[in-house]
Amino acid sequence: MSMPPLLSARDLELRFGRVAALDGVDLDIWPGEVVAIVGESGSGKTTLLRVLSGLMRPDSGSVDYRGQDVLGMGEAARRRLMRTEWGFVHQNPRDGLRMAVSAGGNIGERLMAIGARHYGNIRAEAANWLGRVEIDAARMDDVPAKFSGGMQQRLQIARTLVTQPKLVFMDEPTGGLDVSVQARLLDLIRALVADLGLAVLIVTHDIAAARLLAHRMLVMREGCVVEQGLTDRVLDDPQHPYTQLLVSSVLAA
Amino acid sequence: MSAPDGRRAEGPGELNPSRATWLIRAEGLAKDFRLHLQGGVTIPVLRGLALEVAAGECVALAGPSGAGKSTLMRCLYGNYGADAGRILLRHQSDIVDLVTADARAMRAIRRDTLGYVSQFLRVIPRVGARDIVAEPLAARGLAPEEARARAGALLTRLNLPERLHSLPPATFSGGEQQRINLARGFAADYPVMLLDEPTASLDAANREIVIALIAEAKARGAAIIGIFHDVEVRDRVADRLFDVYPIQDAA
Repeated sequence: MSMPPLLSARDLELRFGRVAALDGVDLDIWPGEVVAIVGESGSGKTTLLRVLSGLMRPDSGSVDYRGQDVLGMGEAARRRLMRTEWGFVHQNPRDGLRMAVSAGGNIGERLMAIGARHYGNIRAEAANWLGRVEIDAARMDDVPAKFSGGMQQRLQIARTLVTQPKLVFMDEPTGGLDVSVQARLLDLIRALVADLGLAVLIVTHDIAAARLLAHRMLVMREGCVVEQGLTDRVLDDPQHPYTQLLVSSVLAA
Repeated sequence: MSAPDGRRAEGPGELNPSRATWLIRAEGLAKDFRLHLQGGVTIPVLRGLALEVAAGECVALAGPSGAGKSTLMRCLYGNYGADAGRILLRHQSDIVDLVTADARAMRAIRRDTLGYVSQFLRVIPRVGARDIVAEPLAARGLAPEEARARAGALLTRLNLPERLHSLPPATFSGGEQQRINLARGFAADYPVMLLDEPTASLDAANREIVIALIAEAKARGAAIIGIFHDVEVRDRVADRLFDVYPIQDAA
């Protein structure tokens, strides 16, 4: 049962002037796997996510998604992937939502983009997804600008997952939220990911969140993956000096 | 599953004929801790450790506090990486080496073969006791209702009142949390089980139930390795003791 990886990146290099943002990064992710990329600001983790999802071009290296060359494909093909098999959850919900469109519209729009046409079905599915992310269906016709930050983030997650993508990229999804709101969001992500069997690549500097969500973890520093493996092993028996520093700086992760 | 180094690991002359059905076997196991933040000091904990546990057998780790019993358990679970040696495990129809198994292989091994009951419950915000216990069953593909029913029955057997089953255990007592941990560990019938102080904060009645659960696991052929500070429990469940000695004069 040697299943091929869903996404496979090899030898990614990207320099910003003299700074190496990615310095020989390899990464594979298989179906049903949650992989966390941790590291401090400037370690290259967000750049890696943007390169893997085709938002940014590396200087060299390759990214393969189910036999398709992500770096070589045209913008239209990449956008089609983003609409259908991929999802992207941004740190700032404003980057992933249409703020002037109703909550139901935000969800329905993704469905229509993959061909849904029946208004009643779209509305019912939108209501179902609002429920799954714990937003009262009565708020369906409100615009997200009227929502709290936590609700906006949950709406972004509903909008992303409604099309049942195979692979979801998440960039600091709990980043700007209050701690109490973070816990709820994390639990929600955890449950949805398990139910749907998604592959998720999540960038975070929150070690506790990574422990809760991720099966596997990569630790990045200065554009390099310095350590990787089972989440609990990387956190409980860190080998690299930088990982030891990272873990020892966290209170009871 | 990919564990290329683990297959065919068993040489023809290596097998102890008296325990031909070992399920887990450590050879030459070594573990050090290198503390880079403390000037790179290295603390050796395990050296040349060899241990073999057969189906239906329960082995209790013995030795003074700090000798490395918990470290050994964590190595056997893959929570700590070993520095040398092999940990061979019968996983489905293969023999895998946990020392070299990659993260994905370890995940499958933990789902299907290797169970672990730690001393403390890692509480997940907002997840109820029954769902915590049902999770390993659901991960094996059991239908959600069936997994929850089995989880509830086990919690009830461990005297956790039904009104608590749906509540997140963050505010439960130490003994209640431990029983949830035990139910989670015993819910799926793992062929190999690691028990780290499973009765530490239990009263006498619940201790009896844990002893019965261990006996049942042995009867179905599980290989069990445990740390039991409670000597009475240890004597009743263990078939033999395995001494873990502290390493002298740490370099």
